[in-house]
Amino acid sequence: MAKLRIGVVSPEREIWAGEADMVIAKTVDGEIGIMPNHAPVLGVLVEGGVLRIRRGDGDDIVAAVHGGFISVANNDVSVLAETAELGSEVDVAAARDALQRALASVEADNENAEAQIEAKRARARLRAAGEEV
Amino acid sequence: MGAQLRLLRRRIRSVKSTAKITRAQELIASSRIIKAQQRMEAAVPYEREITRAVSAVLSNSADIDHPLTVAKEQPASAGVLIVTSDRGFAGGFNANVLREAEALAGHLRARNVQIKPYVVGRKGITWHRFRSRPMSGEWAGFSDSPSYAHAKEIAEALVAAFEDDNGIDEIHIVYTGFVSMLTQDVRVTRVLPLEVEETTEQPAEGPLPYYEFEPTAGEVLNQLLPRYIESRIFNALLQSAASEHASRRRAMKSATDNANELIRVFTQQMNQARQAEITQEISEIVGGANALADASAGKE
Repeated sequence: MAKLRIGVVSPEREIWAGEADMVIAKTVDGEIGIMPNHAPVLGVLVEGGVLRIRRGDGDDIVAAVHGGFISVANNDVSVLAETAELGSEVDVAAARDALQRALASVEADNENAEAQIEAKRARARLRAAGEEV
Repeated sequence: MGAQLRLLRRRIRSVKSTAKITRAQELIASSRIIKAQQRMEAAVPYEREITRAVSAVLSNSADIDHPLTVAKEQPASAGVLIVTSDRGFAGGFNANVLREAEALAGHLRARNVQIKPYVVGRKGITWHRFRSRPMSGEWAGFSDSPSYAHAKEIAEALVAAFEDDNGIDEIHIVYTGFVSMLTQDVRVTRVLPLEVEETTEQPAEGPLPYYEFEPTAGEVLNQLLPRYIESRIFNALLQSAASEHASRRRAMKSATDNANELIRVFTQQMNQARQAEITQEISEIVGGANALADASAGKE
């Protein structure tokens, strides 16, 4: 079966590139799973989403992706993230810390949109690292 | 004669210490060029993909009139983003950028367009302040290693001004493009409004497929275009940073070479002066001794 060629890139670096069988990403319309020979799609990703790349052999690649786009054409999948981090690179303690701080500021001020986004990002990073939140 | 010798020694000492500084600057700049180049290369995949995505949306939906792609028939004012460096010691780097920006301003003024400068880098800011020209935006402190957050900040200010009815109608960037270690050229590009090129030519990788959009083409474009502008600006900042280091390295190298040449000339002059002094002393002694000998010979 055909494989997907995947590139996860952020403006400052290429985060991951390789082949895989399936990609699951979260767009603003909901989760979308891409398998080989998928129709061309261009989607907007949510803030603080988790991207999952399934490889037949070996472990899944999980990454926290904040904002950006996914574009699929001819079995080429590119994920353009504003910032992204592989699950294996996440500093769990720091992410937990950030989540606590963000939640505290959300509690203090419900309208604080920045803190809410911050909390979402921290959750996504923890989930990408395989932690329960 | 003794005074000249001392003078030359002092000059050699001062030129030597200058050479040490310029040499150190040269070495620092050369190590930073490599880092800057790596950052430029790391940003390439994202740029390529986002350019592809923008062309995909635009080619798929000819009927979209996004405010960022619509050119006004009679633009009243243009924002010019001028990318300079924070520090000097880089030869003609900043002067070249500013000269090119002036040329662009001249062109725009001829078309009755008002100029609003947005300046990056301390050198450009002081240049404008010195001539008491108002700036619509200024950023400094990151010219040698810009991060994406900086590009985002600049892009937000520019796009907000562009979307404002009383703001700017065009955005140009003047920056130094990095071609190689030895070649950098000043480039002037218009980023907004985007030029939607209607070509019948097929792109190199074949025609772009017909995309589905999540949620809609308009929404995707709304999200995509600001990111595209950010990426263009980030690219300009990165290229300019690499060019800054490259031209600093070149300027410092010629300064060091020049200092070494000066040291050589001064050392030669100093040796000549020393020789002359010794010769004079000897001839004085010989002259004195001869006079003494003549005097005693006359007595006898």
